[in-house]
Amino acid sequence: MKISPQWVRDFVDVPVDDQRLAEDLTAVGIAVEGISGSGARTVFEMEIGTNRPDAMNHYGVAREASAIYELPLKPSQPKLPGTPRSQAQHQSKAATAPLERSTSKKKQTSAAKPAPKRDHSNTPAAVSFPIHIEDPELCPRFSARVVRGVTIKKSPEKVVHRLGLLDQRAINNAVDATNYVLWEIGKPTHVFDMDLLEGGKIIVRRASNGETLKTLDGVERKLTEEDLVVADAKKPVGLAGVMGGFDTMITDKTRNVLIESAWWDPVTIRKASRRHGIHTDASHRFERGADFESTVVSCDRVADLILESGGGQLPGDVIDVVGKMMDQAPIALHVSEVRRILGEKVGASEIFRILKRLGFTLIPAGQEREEFTVHIPSWRLDVEREIDLIEEIARLHGYDKFQNTLPAYSGAVTEPPDAAKDRTLRTRALALGYNEAVSLTFISHADAERFLSHCSGSSPAVLELENPLSEEASVMRTSMAPGMLDMLGWNLNRGAENVRLFEMGTVYGVTDGVRVEPKRACLGATVVAVKNSLPGGGVLDVSQGEGAAVAEAFRGFKGDVENLLAAFECEALIYDRQTAEYFHPERSALAWMDGTVVAQFGQVHPEVAAVRKLRQDVFLAEIDLQKLYARDLRQVRFVPLPKYPAVERDFSFVFEDGVSFEQIDQAVRALRVNDLRSFVPAEIFRGGAIAAGKYSILLRATFQSAERTLREDEVAAWSGRIVTALQGLGGVQRRE
Amino acid sequence: MYSVSKLTEYSASALERASAELRSALAQEAVAVKNEAEWKIFRDRWMARKNGVLTQINDLWLKAAPKEAKREAGREVNLVKEQVEQAVAAAKIQSQIPTLPIAHAGSEPSEVEFQGKAFEKAGLVDITLPGIRRPIGAEHPVIKTMNEIVSVFQKLGYSVAEGPVVETDYYNFEALNFPPNHPARDTQDTLFIAGQAAKPPRERLLLRTHTSPVQIRTMEKMRPPIRIVIPGQVHRNDPPDASHSPMFHQVEGLAVDTNITFSDLKGTLDHAMKALFGSSVKTHFRPSFFPFTEPSAEMFVSCFICGGSGTRGAEPCRPCKQTGWIEILGCGMVDPNVFDFVKDKGYDPRKVSGFAFGMGADRIALLKYGVDDIQLFFQGDVRFLQQFA
Repeated sequence: MKISPQWVRDFVDVPVDDQRLAEDLTAVGIAVEGISGSGARTVFEMEIGTNRPDAMNHYGVAREASAIYELPLKPSQPKLPGTPRSQAQHQSKAATAPLERSTSKKKQTSAAKPAPKRDHSNTPAAVSFPIHIEDPELCPRFSARVVRGVTIKKSPEKVVHRLGLLDQRAINNAVDATNYVLWEIGKPTHVFDMDLLEGGKIIVRRASNGETLKTLDGVERKLTEEDLVVADAKKPVGLAGVMGGFDTMITDKTRNVLIESAWWDPVTIRKASRRHGIHTDASHRFERGADFESTVVSCDRVADLILESGGGQLPGDVIDVVGKMMDQAPIALHVSEVRRILGEKVGASEIFRILKRLGFTLIPAGQEREEFTVHIPSWRLDVEREIDLIEEIARLHGYDKFQNTLPAYSGAVTEPPDAAKDRTLRTRALALGYNEAVSLTFISHADAERFLSHCSGSSPAVLELENPLSEEASVMRTSMAPGMLDMLGWNLNRGAENVRLFEMGTVYGVTDGVRVEPKRACLGATVVAVKNSLPGGGVLDVSQGEGAAVAEAFRGFKGDVENLLAAFECEALIYDRQTAEYFHPERSALAWMDGTVVAQFGQVHPEVAAVRKLRQDVFLAEIDLQKLYARDLRQVRFVPLPKYPAVERDFSFVFEDGVSFEQIDQAVRALRVNDLRSFVPAEIFRGGAIAAGKYSILLRATFQSAERTLREDEVAAWSGRIVTALQGLGGVQRRE
Repeated sequence: MYSVSKLTEYSASALERASAELRSALAQEAVAVKNEAEWKIFRDRWMARKNGVLTQINDLWLKAAPKEAKREAGREVNLVKEQVEQAVAAAKIQSQIPTLPIAHAGSEPSEVEFQGKAFEKAGLVDITLPGIRRPIGAEHPVIKTMNEIVSVFQKLGYSVAEGPVVETDYYNFEALNFPPNHPARDTQDTLFIAGQAAKPPRERLLLRTHTSPVQIRTMEKMRPPIRIVIPGQVHRNDPPDASHSPMFHQVEGLAVDTNITFSDLKGTLDHAMKALFGSSVKTHFRPSFFPFTEPSAEMFVSCFICGGSGTRGAEPCRPCKQTGWIEILGCGMVDPNVFDFVKDKGYDPRKVSGFAFGMGADRIALLKYGVDDIQLFFQGDVRFLQQFA
């Protein structure tokens, strides 16, 4: 929103230059975000909060300036030729400006509360144009004026210039008058060509279904019962509070003008503006709450400007139909409460001074000046409670003037239950060389189907967005996998081949009607990165060929997953091949900890990689943190260091391919050799002298006792049992 | 040895010739500097005020120059002066590095002696070859920033609280004093979950637009006094560009007790900003509007890039738009209407008061590391992430 400081100076004798004025306004929350132009053409770019429609105009900004500099605010007084009523009005306004009068609580509308529905059409003496409001809840007030014999032409230079500064296009003197008044005092008004209003009256009513209205922007709009319209006897002539009708607008031929200035129910205007997708300067103000008491003044001001530029006469009085009074109850303000909230005493005299300049009326309650009854000006619909007054006091006192203090506290300090587990996992992933990544939380429909959340058993229903940014981002992610694959692809497409990433986050879904946000961790690595990190001396599979390389890469990636899982308590960690379809069927595994699936990992299925055009094989691990975090972090239990020497024995065997290391390991464990410390594979070989479908494996047993040095015959006996057990699996011992 | 000679003519080519001669002498002598003593001699010969080479050229080239050539000669002398100063500074660094005997195969003995014993000498190791580095994963700059902010408040006695990303209208808006159909909702650019029309409005699901719903969720569970800090992801319907992302991160804070004041809000945030950005930063508050706080404020810190001056050397400081101030967060005293939603949990606005604040972690990380595009945070590009390792 734009404001001309020159125009503001019409109403307050601002004692500082524009630059300083901008700073001072900003300091009280009427933010000037930028200044352009110079001299009389200086324009402020304003940023005014939705709660302050009263400051979205020059008079409102001037009022703030008057409070800042403690200077009087000049009235915005329409200079209408005397008509009995308007004179009466002016007299009753007494010394204060018309916009400053409402605190007097003596409404000129003379409507006693609760106001009876007053329709001026019933009192013909006072009226020149009948106005009927069907629902005073939606249109509590409708003021109007008739100007006859007007010449429609270009506006005077001053009006054109000022509107121009605000980027407002000048149209003609009547329309410009409404626009000028909107920017001057913030009250939207509308002008009709009165001769085009059929039936000689105005009805404010709901539209009927199927009715249409061509609005000023030339768009033919279909109306429904939800729409509130200003209508003549036959047809809608304006979408209430949003935009006037095209067919009744002011043209060169217009001679007689009807000025409308109403007060509309903010929610009704907001809904209409959204429903029709029209946001106007008028709807912007009405939906935030315009000044109830400015309907008459704005009519007068518009009439004033039209008469000044286009001649004509005012045949009658202002028409003012009040269906329902605005209820702005006075507020009790306690100096002690100001102090309780702000932490510092702001003196009663300063409180008095600040609020008075802003248009509030303070009446001391009691002798002590510790409590005031505060009457609220009609333009401050945002001020309803004591705290709202405290904010006014704080912002004009100056936020930076309040001391900086630190409050005492004696409560407990807690962390979320998973915090330590999150930290452990994250630290380990970083130490393993995985870069922490954050991906967007949206995925496409296609990916939501492709990457069903596998870890958690029954798949939850997906959460779709009603207003997604794009089809690629239309579903809340059900899996971390698509985001991870996209990030791996991003790197591969940019020549980065050695990529290792991890992400900790949540996936989204609905299970049994309840939305769930289970936590997940995801690792991703390119095959180059995995191979690069394999220890040179630790290669297990020494066969030639791609098969061995793949097996080693898988084992390298598996080791990273194991290092993460190893942070948690677990009796038995076993693997099977039942991974989701987007994993390579032979190079992926599901990890079970004590009978619960906690992770799946391995190479991504070549077809899935092809769909995403990945230039390299990639590995992926998905860890279900809900399942994993159900376990405790591994407790360290000290084991005394061995005092006696260890004895190693190697066993060289040939097995059928179907025999897994897990089977071998279990067969040896089943022997329950107490002093067997470890039993590990040391080398694997396929090809050469080994028949197809078989493999040779070198197994290394380490024996060690905590109590004594082991004897040769004991070790030989255990070795013999191990050989027998391995032969039981169909293994054939090789002689070196 | 080079000595400065008087110029007989002042043409551009003559000046050029004279200074080229000087430069080559400078380079030769600089290379020969081996230790500090030699460097001092070198420095004095060229820069001593009394009869150093620079003083000499000033006298012989510039002062002796005819009036019409003064300008040209002056420019040349200045250039030479700069080059001499640079060479002297470089020579100092060079003089501090001990020269190593360079081993040559064959010319060296094949054994080395250590504590009286002879050892066979192994192959020569070029210790200047780069080490083999095991990869270290890098912390994500935004997560790191969030953790730093959270940690500052944990030390002040704040507990970490969390809440769901998919929220109801009630927690994201209504209980935070955004009534249905209130224009303040427009500023939130909300992403809604589809298929909610059949539900009552307050139960409809959306992606939380701020971490503030966790304020309500926590107050429902815990009676005052409370102090919580809330890190988390939030979403808005903002198309991605250099400064916007539909998903970003906030850190929110809330303190409620019987005695919390606006001064406490200011003091707490001032302390936190000094802890985050250094003890010299200043804070500045100005009025703002948020439905769930009253009074509301925006807080600025003095620009930690330019130190509040608005300029960096001769360049304007872009992060603070030359104002010397950077807007960091929104804050305010908890609006009594918010307390009304949890009144039965012990939050009577006549008895307790509180403050709340919220800041964008991504924006702070952008500023802190000088990153110019928020999209870099969410691409997983290792060339970017590894810069934070």
